[in-house]
Amino acid sequence: MSVIELDGLRKEFTVRVKAGRLRREKRTVTAVDGIDLRVERGELLGYIGPNGAGKSTTLKMLTGVLSPSAGQARVCGLRPVADRTRLALRIGVVFGQRSQLWWDLPLADSFDLLRHLYRVPAADHAARLRRCRDLLDLDAFLDTPVRQLSLGQRMRGELTAALLHGPQVLFLDEPTIGLDVVSKQAVRGFLAELGRAGDTTLVLTTHDLADIERLCARLVVIDHGRVVHDGSIAALHARYGSRRLVVAELDAPLPTPPQPVGAPLHRVEADGRRLVYTLESAGVAEVVSALAGVAALRDVSIVEPDIEDVVARLYRTPAPDPRRPA
Amino acid sequence: MGSVTATVAPSTSANVTRWFRTFGALSRAGFRRYATYRQAAFAGVVTNTVFGFLRCSVLLAAAGSGTVGGYGRDQLATFVWVGQGLLAVVLLWGWSDLADRIRTGDVASDLLRPVHPVTSYLATDLGRAGYAALSRLLPPVLVGPLFFDVYLPSRWPTVGLFAVSVVTAVVLCFGCRFLVNATAYWWQDARGPLLLWTLGSGVLAGLYFPLRFLPEWLQLALWFGTPFPSLLQTPLDVLVERDPPATQVGLVALQLGWAVLVLGACRLVQRRAERRLVVQGG
Repeated sequence: MSVIELDGLRKEFTVRVKAGRLRREKRTVTAVDGIDLRVERGELLGYIGPNGAGKSTTLKMLTGVLSPSAGQARVCGLRPVADRTRLALRIGVVFGQRSQLWWDLPLADSFDLLRHLYRVPAADHAARLRRCRDLLDLDAFLDTPVRQLSLGQRMRGELTAALLHGPQVLFLDEPTIGLDVVSKQAVRGFLAELGRAGDTTLVLTTHDLADIERLCARLVVIDHGRVVHDGSIAALHARYGSRRLVVAELDAPLPTPPQPVGAPLHRVEADGRRLVYTLESAGVAEVVSALAGVAALRDVSIVEPDIEDVVARLYRTPAPDPRRPA
Repeated sequence: MGSVTATVAPSTSANVTRWFRTFGALSRAGFRRYATYRQAAFAGVVTNTVFGFLRCSVLLAAAGSGTVGGYGRDQLATFVWVGQGLLAVVLLWGWSDLADRIRTGDVASDLLRPVHPVTSYLATDLGRAGYAALSRLLPPVLVGPLFFDVYLPSRWPTVGLFAVSVVTAVVLCFGCRFLVNATAYWWQDARGPLLLWTLGSGVLAGLYFPLRFLPEWLQLALWFGTPFPSLLQTPLDVLVERDPPATQVGLVALQLGWAVLVLGACRLVQRRAERRLVVQGG
């Protein structure tokens, strides 16, 4: 059984728009427009999309905070809204933009209160807290009230708070928003470690694609409330035609650049001693060995396609029908 | 020999114990959270004490040398000074936590807890009231007798009944505040209802003047028709022994009835609100 099962999940909001001096018209806005999704145990899922695409709305429906307008959702076998308090024991949630900690209490007190709220046995609580303290360097600010923590410190506290009851699924809504490079690395490193352990399913929404590249094997892109891509990052690159470059510096110019066998070559450019191979996908090894056979190599560099570019193009273009191969 | 595998559900008494543990932990946290704001508590005590002198002087002037509304001079002094402290314990005014969290969308975090929001807010509020009993009730109760002749209960059961009445008043007042705040689920903002609540509760709970000054039919209408007298007037009437024991018990029973009714309404409203909730912000 999948940990998360969504079938035709929809959410519509009614907004009132001014239509004259006193008149107001009701208008229906569809935030999530029929999402089908299966997420297996231990998967690390990146859930991305432009602002207003419906990411957070989906997450709120998955955690039981919002009720869907139509469709079905099951998380850990439970119906999120109807079984919300039971589901709360099995999931952890981190919202980058809001705090789940108690503003006026020291971090340590918040953790202690969570132990009682989630009825975690003292030994389990202590073991999980110790692990988080080590991995996230919490000791320096455990006794500081949450309101006095820096954003990076607070986020490390939030992550700990979301994990102390040993959830099966961890939902992360922009966990690195506003963090500096060091804190981002700490958070990513911690999540990667959690992912490696393999027990916890992670669903991550973010605008920082480096988070996704670092953490998620599977990427779901939504736009206008619909899934426009579901697959690996490599599949996304392949589908939207992003290419890798192999740039080689030779000792002396070649009359004709060698054609590597078996590499999905898109184009070769020669500029004196410099050769640039553009590859559709894999094939770096073939290019390098073909070159090494005919010339003395001075330097080789590989330029990876930039996921930001791919996603920017994806957001700008009208959504392709996911059921039809691109 | 065959074996039988049985799944044993955790016993009800263990569940109840754990529920109380969770409730207690939330209350202790509520106590600690409010205990961090000492300057606010000090400022509150000063204000309440100053107003204690004002209200006490006015009421005693009105009473002259006899009784008014069935209270003697010493009973009025106790009514005022304990009332000044109790005001902060039941927290008649100045609570908009829930409305603020609805407006900012932080209420989503409350819904992600394995505890019903009404239960967790109530537990926190009882902890807050515990801290207020020490920091806000004691000072005026100690200052009043230094300057005025006060009334001390003459019957022992009064003390216990007063304690029950105060706790009930806290629960009831919490429920009323929760309902007023919950209007923000529908209107995004509860400032209007909160203003009405502040105006209404001051007069109708017996803070500005004892409700016993009013005509009897109006008193009856207020006690039975609204929860307001049960918030402040009832515990104070119990303490100053304004009525015979049977009436005292009746008043507290009425208070308990209101508390149950209002808490039930809180749960109902919360359930309706969750169905139509729009969480603000991303």
